Amino acid sequence: MSNGVRSNYVLDSLVRLGSVLLFLLRILGQCLPALARPALLMKQIYNSGARSLIIIMLSGLFVGMVLGLQGYDLLERFGSEQALGSAAALGLLRELAPVITALLFAGRAGTSLTSEIGLMRATDQLTAMEIMAVDPLRYVVAPRFLGGLIAMPLLTAIFNVIGLYGAHLVGVQLMGIDRGVFWSQTQGSVDLHDVKEGLVKSVVFGLACSLIAVHEGYHAEPTAEGVGLATTRTVVASSVLILLLDYALTAQFL
Amino acid sequence: MVAVRDVHYAIGGRELFKGLDLTVRRGSITAIMGPSGGGKTTLLRLLTGQIVADRGSVQVFGEEVAALPRRALYALRQRLGLLFQNGALLTDMDVFDNVAFPVREHADLAETLIRKLVLLKLQAVGLRGAAHLMPAELSGGMARRVALARAIVMDPEVLMYDEPFVGLDPISLGVILRLIKQMNTALGITSIVVSHDVQELATIADESYLILDGRIAAAGTPALLRDSDAPGVRQFMTGGAEGPVAFNYPARDYLSELLADGDE
Repeated sequence: MSNGVRSNYVLDSLVRLGSVLLFLLRILGQCLPALARPALLMKQIYNSGARSLIIIMLSGLFVGMVLGLQGYDLLERFGSEQALGSAAALGLLRELAPVITALLFAGRAGTSLTSEIGLMRATDQLTAMEIMAVDPLRYVVAPRFLGGLIAMPLLTAIFNVIGLYGAHLVGVQLMGIDRGVFWSQTQGSVDLHDVKEGLVKSVVFGLACSLIAVHEGYHAEPTAEGVGLATTRTVVASSVLILLLDYALTAQFL
Repeated sequence: MVAVRDVHYAIGGRELFKGLDLTVRRGSITAIMGPSGGGKTTLLRLLTGQIVADRGSVQVFGEEVAALPRRALYALRQRLGLLFQNGALLTDMDVFDNVAFPVREHADLAETLIRKLVLLKLQAVGLRGAAHLMPAELSGGMARRVALARAIVMDPEVLMYDEPFVGLDPISLGVILRLIKQMNTALGITSIVVSHDVQELATIADESYLILDGRIAAAGTPALLRDSDAPGVRQFMTGGAEGPVAFNYPARDYLSELLADGDE
């Protein structure tokens, strides 16, 4: 790669980052008016949150069950399979639940946000709003952004509960760990700091995923190909950013 | 009402307008004609402040559109209506809510009043019975009539129509034509109709402008345009393929391209 190409690439990335941040500021400016319309916001929380429930719950169950199996196998080698409860709870709460929920959210809700807004752009609906003197940022973008931001921690919490139940199912019902030991280990090892780590992660991931989804949709080329490309970019950028942010946040919390 | 002075606008390196001048009088129906790709829709985008001219002045209600801050621009737009070619209805709400949308956004009215207002406007376009339908269930002509009801629900002073006759069957076309005339005579709405349907426009327009090659090639009553001697104007009004207005996209010599090897 020549120097010119590299500096162009760096410059393009910086311009892109700048445009995303400016877009965030513009959305934040419209968040209060959006909050004043609970009906619009509720609809978006329903779209991003409630409609993602099935996939989140199913994934949570299986992730928890796998965690139960792997954890039991590993801990048994050291004769400490009793610690499965705390291993599963900490793994889910601090790491797996926020990350996997965010990845699933990007694939399920993020793509639908991007393609919906992109198609609204392609069919002149956003322009029509502007002509009717209604700011699409306030009416379309801000409620969707806030909806995603609110839905993510809720989905993560549900993932946690179902995941822990999955681990319990395998550990206690299948492998025969004592139920009381499982829960007392869990209770004893998890403290508020761990909950906070998971919560902060889910909020940050929610912000990143929702922002990328609405940004890509709003700036999509108004063609079939453009909307398709924007949707792909949403998934790729969200996934990479989630894992990158996860490392940064984990390092911060440890 | 609307004044465009010496407007220059280039897009993608192509000069679309090279000194455009036109005036729309209050209460008139002004037709803006021109070949496809001649910048008619771009002109509407300039008038509504979606884009800014490279040079020249675009005034609506005596205000320079490009110089208006966002808030003032939105205030100005509340006095305008624009009928999109494809209707541009919001697909996640039904016909009733689509028409009610601008009212709910801009006016603090009781729901019973909004209902009456919306039914009134839907009745005007003959679609009161379709209030419960979703945009996906409408035909193209119906969608455009709903969009018209939405465009007039706030009683705009100026109503712009972007290609209102494209792809309509003769009945819908007649209805839309009559509606445009009615809006103008009954409500006193100043109308700007952008189209290339010469015959239809001639029946309703008070004044016509023909845009050719980035400038106004002819202006005046439709009859005046029809009788024009200028070759470009005559070609457009009579629909000839040969003339100063190029029908073919610029290309290399036909014969030599046909005879050339494909892998060239």
